[in-house]
Amino acid sequence: MLNGRSLVPGDTIDGFRLDRQLESGGMADFWRVSHTGIALPLIMKIPLLRRGEDPLTIVGFEQEQMILSRLSGPHVPRFIAAGDFEQPYIVMEHVAGQSLMHRIDQGPQPDEAAARVGARVADALHDIHQQHVIHLDLKPSNIIQRDNGTVVLIDFGLSRNLQLPDLIGEEFDSPVGTGAYVAPEQVRRGRNDPRSDIFGLGVILYVLATGEYPFGQPERESEWRRRLWRDPLPPRWWKKDIAPWLQEIILRCLEINPDARYETAAQLRFALQHPEDVLLTARSERHYRDGTVAVFMRWLANRNAPPIRARPAASLIDRSPIVMSAIDLSPDAEGLREALAIALRRILATEPSARLACVNVLKTSRITLDRLEDAQGRNPHLQRLIELKHWARSLPVADDRITYHVFESPDPAAAIIDYAVNNNVDHIVLGARGSAPLRRYLGSVSSQVVAKAPCTVTVVRQPVSTQDMPDEQGLATLQGGTESTGAG
Amino acid sequence: MRIALLSDIHGNREAFEACLEHAERNGVAQYVFLGDYVGYGADPGWVLDSVMAHVERGAIAILGNHDAAVAGDPVSLNEDASAAISWTQSRLSPAHNDFLRRLPLTVQRGNYLYVHANPVAPGEWGYITDLYSASRALVASQAHATFCGHTHVPSLFHMSVTGKFASFDPIDRVEIPLTPRRRWLAVIGSVGQPRDLNPAACYAVLDTATDVLTYMRVPYDVDSAAKKISNAGLPIGLSYRLYQGY
Repeated sequence: MLNGRSLVPGDTIDGFRLDRQLESGGMADFWRVSHTGIALPLIMKIPLLRRGEDPLTIVGFEQEQMILSRLSGPHVPRFIAAGDFEQPYIVMEHVAGQSLMHRIDQGPQPDEAAARVGARVADALHDIHQQHVIHLDLKPSNIIQRDNGTVVLIDFGLSRNLQLPDLIGEEFDSPVGTGAYVAPEQVRRGRNDPRSDIFGLGVILYVLATGEYPFGQPERESEWRRRLWRDPLPPRWWKKDIAPWLQEIILRCLEINPDARYETAAQLRFALQHPEDVLLTARSERHYRDGTVAVFMRWLANRNAPPIRARPAASLIDRSPIVMSAIDLSPDAEGLREALAIALRRILATEPSARLACVNVLKTSRITLDRLEDAQGRNPHLQRLIELKHWARSLPVADDRITYHVFESPDPAAAIIDYAVNNNVDHIVLGARGSAPLRRYLGSVSSQVVAKAPCTVTVVRQPVSTQDMPDEQGLATLQGGTESTGAG
Repeated sequence: MRIALLSDIHGNREAFEACLEHAERNGVAQYVFLGDYVGYGADPGWVLDSVMAHVERGAIAILGNHDAAVAGDPVSLNEDASAAISWTQSRLSPAHNDFLRRLPLTVQRGNYLYVHANPVAPGEWGYITDLYSASRALVASQAHATFCGHTHVPSLFHMSVTGKFASFDPIDRVEIPLTPRRRWLAVIGSVGQPRDLNPAACYAVLDTATDVLTYMRVPYDVDSAAKKISNAGLPIGLSYRLYQGY
């Protein structure tokens, strides 16, 4: 029997006991279920096939089964089991928390609050993008925020895994998605660009900030097409005092051409977390939409734009890393800073879409409150920012792709790692001063970073002549061992 | 149970050994050989001995067109292939020939169908190279999943409940769930003579408990296999092509 409605509490399906029916979705019924041996709260999704064989329901169910079973991590519900034929279902973790719809219902949010939620969603998006999955139906009702703030994405029925057959794309000759949120390339049936999700998040940010929908909520596909040429009213039209940085971010997400958007969700998250570093362009100042001529030209160019059938290009995520460089600004580390700059030039030369974060950690005492000024009465924080910018001037990075940060922490290695985790850093580049014996025993910052970093770490050394190399022999000498070579 | 699907070994001992080792490391418990054990390569005897030993332990082996030709069936083949057939015939024992003569064209196990060429007419040795030939096979088949070889190019075709057909280029080591509401036709690439410009040997692993299919690419000692072919006096082109995988 393919009818979810005939089930009653107490029934079991493949060992899952149906406890309580939840509010039904458009295409599926939901039950809280339990299973001996599984402590996790569970939910069973049963596609509604009672209206005959609706292809979108059936194929969407297949697609979700395929994609969810291959996803993992904190930003997706854990997949438990799936079944078919007798009773099609998917059992997954029941995510406790509130849907983003709840927040949208509260009306326009303050800029910072909208950015905070947006950064959480971007973090979740980056995670699934790294697992080769594009959501393609990102909207508030598919975003759940756990009580601890973590965002979980649900409903992968229209999604795409770039490494698996695209059952949805192959089945339908017309675009699928939700009218308010679909990206222009999705309207053209493009289903292989992670930046479509960045567009979707741009719409969500727009709604969070202004309470309005940038493209309305059109149901007919013919109306979806309009966004191929018609730009939305800028958020400022609705909210006079919106921060320029937030308008800049939102309108960049909503660019018609994916190439003009953020390259990755991680880069978008970075912008949302560092408003002061967002490079403002004409987007941030816009008061109204583009004029008739510009829109007419885009209409001419795009009105007959053909469906996109291209195979996925080499991963943009791999080509758009966030690189973090930790710079030692002490006077005796000048040679090391130069070596670091050379290493960074090599790395950045091959990655034009990379973003670089230059970080300096001001080590503070754990016990005493440090003075905010140095002996000359200068603010050390500001002074260090100036020095960072001076050091970075020779690096091949565009102004909108480089940021500078000075932290104060009693534990520089921990501060660097925290920053890397919180900003989806892909690659840390930092210098190591000579391996002085004392530092070796105490554990240098670089070795702690190497041990604990969540990503690739490059440790740069200042080239030294072999003669000066403080190596094992040096250590042996210090310990009173025998000197075996001419070192030292 | 994890089943290794190996097709078109074509007397390439180095590639076959590399795949068998790879399969063993990956927890494979059973083997299905989709035909064309001989032809092209320089070790047909060794390959057949190994396949026969596996069959004695319960493996499934299907007949391929080169196997049929070696066993005496009139099969149309190109010049290099015909030369390799004559050479191979001189190397095989009566036991080998007897084994080849008794191989089936298809084997059905539960919802799975195993066949060497296009299942629409297995003995006519048709190729599945495009959506059209695949769609005919998918419509004709009653199996949930059909596994074949013959083209030496790995690809995966599927048909939805509404009768939509699609093809997919499988990616090395990516697990593909063969969802139940769909018919699948998996063309397993070649162990011994890949032709998709990737010289690494190709085979696949099917997990029957979860209905998950994984294509595998296994690098092997191409140089030794190629040199043996030229030393044996087989057509030189059969040696060169292994380096490029065409």
